[in-house]
Amino acid sequence: MNIVVCCKQVPDPEAPPASFKIDAAANKVAPAPGVNQVISPFDEQAIEAALRIKDGQESTVRVISMGTDLVSDVVKKPLAMGADELYLIQDEALNDGDGISTAYALATAIKKIGEYDLIICGRQAADWDVGQTGVGIAEELGIACVTVAKKVEVVDGKVRVERVVADGYEVVEVPLPAVVTVSNELGEPRYATLKGIMGAAKKQATVMSAADIGADTAKTGKAGAKSKLLKLYIPVREGKCEMIEAEDPAEAGALLAQKLREAKVL
Amino acid sequence: MGEIGILTVSECTDGALDAISAELLGAARKLADELGQKVATVIIGSGVGDAGKDAVAYGADEVYVADDAKYANYQPEAYAAVVQQAAKDLSPAIILAGQTSIGRDLAPRVAFKLQTGLSTDCISLKLDAGRMIMSRAVYGGNAMADYVSESDPQMATVRVKSQEALAKDDSRSGDVKTIAADADIKTAFIEKVTEEVTGIKLEDADVVVCGGRGIGSEEGFEPLNELAKMLHGAVGATRPPCDNGWIASTQQIGLTGKIVSPTLYFGIALSGASQHIAGCSGAKNIVAINKDDEANIFNVAHYGVVGDYKKILPALIAKVKELG
Ligand SMILES: Cc1cc2nc3c(=O)[nH]c(=O)nc-3n(C[C@H](O)[C@H](O)[C@H](O)COP(=O)(O)OP(=O)(O)OC[C@H]3O[C@@H](n4cnc5c(N)ncnc54)[C@H](O)[C@@H]3O)c2cc1C
Ligand SMILES: Nc1ncnc2c1ncn2[C@@H]1O[C@H](COP(=O)(O)O)[C@@H](O)[C@H]1O
Repeated sequence: MNIVVCCKQVPDPEAPPASFKIDAAANKVAPAPGVNQVISPFDEQAIEAALRIKDGQESTVRVISMGTDLVSDVVKKPLAMGADELYLIQDEALNDGDGISTAYALATAIKKIGEYDLIICGRQAADWDVGQTGVGIAEELGIACVTVAKKVEVVDGKVRVERVVADGYEVVEVPLPAVVTVSNELGEPRYATLKGIMGAAKKQATVMSAADIGADTAKTGKAGAKSKLLKLYIPVREGKCEMIEAEDPAEAGALLAQKLREAKVL
Repeated sequence: MGEIGILTVSECTDGALDAISAELLGAARKLADELGQKVATVIIGSGVGDAGKDAVAYGADEVYVADDAKYANYQPEAYAAVVQQAAKDLSPAIILAGQTSIGRDLAPRVAFKLQTGLSTDCISLKLDAGRMIMSRAVYGGNAMADYVSESDPQMATVRVKSQEALAKDDSRSGDVKTIAADADIKTAFIEKVTEEVTGIKLEDADVVVCGGRGIGSEEGFEPLNELAKMLHGAVGATRPPCDNGWIASTQQIGLTGKIVSPTLYFGIALSGASQHIAGCSGAKNIVAINKDDEANIFNVAHYGVVGDYKKILPALIAKVKELG
């Protein structure tokens, strides 16, 4: 099995909300001191999904990360977890894309780097929360796509997926090649082992530009985007919390009930 | 009134229109009235019953129904083909779908086929010089972003409960027609497994008691269950309790879980991460119980108690009982 996993580097989405800052004039997120770059969490689950398949059958797991500010230790984590090869697609012309132009660039890169049977993405990247790229890659390549997976198995040349829906899950099957996007219900991604980390340190990533992957830069990044960002801003919240103070927790609990009753919300 | 300005994608369950579909029609009606154009909706399903008439009552001028056994379960290629057909027939300026299990999968497929821009999970839609400004939360809700589409049709998926439905008016008139489209089917549906918990549905509950990682275990949810039961509410959770199997994952509230907007929401032993708040910020009254007085939840709560929930909840429950 040739498996490709798309991993995006993002600022840690679990950082405290107060640490989040923007540069309103530039319509950009301002780098915040102390906020690390990480692999977008659903993409780590995408790696986990790929490695579970590799655990069961002979597979090659190739990882693609696209961006110009990639931190080596961050993007190498999938290798330390057990992925085989890493491709870094770095070009200003690929930055600031929307669903369409990002999917075009990634699909072009995927075609360039070799044979593919299964492409795994996160359900949405934890920076812009777009949630379109997986479907877009599939449309671009003319193959099937199943979104929001909690289980991904390859059986008899098909991929069988449990996809999360509001009141449970659906089991669906698509022929390979296919794209699957995964959700946190898949379960915890495995830790990198010491051996994995040492192995990853020795591995070289293949770095490619827009020209290397053969992308038409009129269709990539900001130039190829159909959605235009007009304004980025921090929502205002009128934080007015009435704190219930009491001698001890039990008293506070009782007082809370009383307050809610007085306010007629209980 | 002119041509079709806006096409919405309706969803229905057992022959009744889903709440999000009425919300979409409410939003579409407002935009269309401003543009002096009509609203159409497409309904795909099997046994859609009166959903078509209901769509008219909620604001649609034209309804296109694809009612067939093959649409009984969500079939992505078949559903996308119908919406694409409607887009071709009607040339709407705008297409809206819900940010639901179906909509978040379907809308990108349609957008890519039409090679047009799509803004997902929008919470506000406005017109500016004839173009739609779509506001959506980004970075998990830490920031908001306004987008405009530079291609047509302009497409958005809309967050559940973010738009107001019109009052149902059965005297409204509109045409209900059928629509059909062939599709290249790739996805085979095998089965659906329902994991719905018993009792009041989380998204319909007027009181939601939500527990976070600090609850610590499945047993830890017992007082939360008791409080919810007493108040005829439902129990929800942040992501960690779902990931840990302390509660069904269908009870997750947030950006990638359920959106709730109850009158009263208890956030217990949860920090108030933006991705969680995205799912409950519509609550009228937010009560926070957390042992860390600096937890972010206190920035969005209306009432707060600092302390251990294990000590606070029993006293709260006893007092609620006493007050009757
Ligand atoms: C793309 C993306 C999507 C996401 N979607 C969602 C989503 O839909 N829903 C969601 O919930 N999360 C979501 N998350 C995860 C989210 O970022 C947070 O990790 C999560 O909400 C944290 O849950 P928590 O507040 O329960 O846990 P924590 O942040 O660990 O907070 C636990 C809190 O409990 C308090 N506590 C501990 N013990 C006690 C006690 N005995 N009494 C009182 N207080 C106590 C602590 O002080 C702490 O504040 C998403 C993340 C990403 C990146
Ligand atoms: N720049 C990128 N590099 C690698 N993968 C990406 C990139 N952008 C998006 N993806 C993949 O597409 C998924 C969905 O992204 P999005 O549509 O932006 O929410 C992510 O979880 C990744 O798997």
